[in-house]
Amino acid sequence: MSRVATLYRSTVGKKVLMAVSGAVLFGFVFVHMVGNLKMLFPPDAAGHYAMDVYAEYLRDFGYPLVPHAGVLWIARFVLLVAVGIHIVSAVQLARLSRAARPRGYAKEKSLSLSYASRTMRWGGVILLLFIVYHILHFTTGQAHSSFVAGAVHRNYVVAFQSPIVYGVYFVAQLALCFHLYHGVWSFFQTLGLSHPKYNHLRRPFAVGFALVVFVGFLTPPTLVLVGVVS
Amino acid sequence: MKLTLHVWRQSGPNDVGRHERYEADDVSEHMSFLEMLDVVNERLTERGEEPIAFEHDCREGICGTCGMMINGVPHGPKSMTTACQLHMRSFRDGDEIWIEPWRATAFPVLKDLVVDRAGFDRIIASGGYVTVRTGSAPDGNAMPVPKDDADAAFDAATCIGCGACVAACPNASAMLFTSAKVAHLAALPQGQTERWDRVLGMVETHDAEGFGNCTNHGACETACPKGISIDYIAQLNRDLIRATLNAKPVGNGTRG
Repeated sequence: MSRVATLYRSTVGKKVLMAVSGAVLFGFVFVHMVGNLKMLFPPDAAGHYAMDVYAEYLRDFGYPLVPHAGVLWIARFVLLVAVGIHIVSAVQLARLSRAARPRGYAKEKSLSLSYASRTMRWGGVILLLFIVYHILHFTTGQAHSSFVAGAVHRNYVVAFQSPIVYGVYFVAQLALCFHLYHGVWSFFQTLGLSHPKYNHLRRPFAVGFALVVFVGFLTPPTLVLVGVVS
Repeated sequence: MKLTLHVWRQSGPNDVGRHERYEADDVSEHMSFLEMLDVVNERLTERGEEPIAFEHDCREGICGTCGMMINGVPHGPKSMTTACQLHMRSFRDGDEIWIEPWRATAFPVLKDLVVDRAGFDRIIASGGYVTVRTGSAPDGNAMPVPKDDADAAFDAATCIGCGACVAACPNASAMLFTSAKVAHLAALPQGQTERWDRVLGMVETHDAEGFGNCTNHGACETACPKGISIDYIAQLNRDLIRATLNAKPVGNGTRG
């Protein structure tokens, strides 16, 4: 255990936690994106929307081995812990950085490799605010204009008919895209997943992952906004 | 050419410091940046003012002694070039140049542009060595080293310890320096005995010195006059994770 503590005490160890909790979150984001594509399917013969069937499946996943919504709550708990670790590590590391250079330069030129790397911290804050809004919007319904519990397809369509709601989600997805681009690449770097033969694939993978998530999440709302999906 | 300089002046570690404006006339484009400062200092001395303190030694770009922020970039605008090897032809007549010391808690300013980089020495002292048999010199090539490993070790060993990576890093992290020193010895068979102790000790000292954490910006790699790759940082991370999580015996193991 003392070695684990040694790792955690170091700045590298805190980054490892950042990377591992981040990996849990980008796994979630990817599955969430794939799930949302159910919005593109028309209702079946009985009038059930694919999205509603999928939502029901998520609630019943694992039943009767576990109670209704059992696995769902375990997943929520894991995600909450991952978000918590991600935020705590980010705050700790940001404070260390500030302490390491309390006084900046009079003339500063950024030599960072990407815009995304410089916006990780504020991008993260935007994403946190978005997640809170998103849960109030589609899970508990307080931020929704006419929320009906269980009618996921309907709630989705009603929400994205508003250009304002669409705009909020568009900005959040943009922030997520940048966050993922630097995050996915950083994941490899921080965990030392580096090899001269494969390193040139890490950037394209990060770009690809970020773009797939961006396009995948925004396709259904865009089609709702223009009236193709209703 | 005529230049306007804004130079950080600070009489000692406890002085608050300020930017002073100097007009540098008759600068030749063939001068190195340090020679330009020499000329400015000569004028200052003639006027009875305190010359600008800056560090320099070999002026050949190989010792790592010189280094200053020039218009917000460590060692100035030319890539893979130390301040002493930067020539004034990289600037234009009438340019304004801001010259500042490295800024980091772990690099306290001693005077003007001179910072105390003893933190680097302490990082080296906590692991940057190998144990060798003393006595007669070993036979050449008695210990075979694969070419790729030798090249990787040599690329890391070109680090001159100037501190530009720390100066450029938004987090004032010295991970590029530390990783170059760790990777240089970890790549070679001679460095295996202390491999895990080395990475533990050097990262521990790195953190204790007050350097920041690496957030993978890559600014250090851009600023490095020797072009050290951030791939070495990934290697350091991997070695540290292995040293702490694996059950491997850790050298003579004072830690963990």
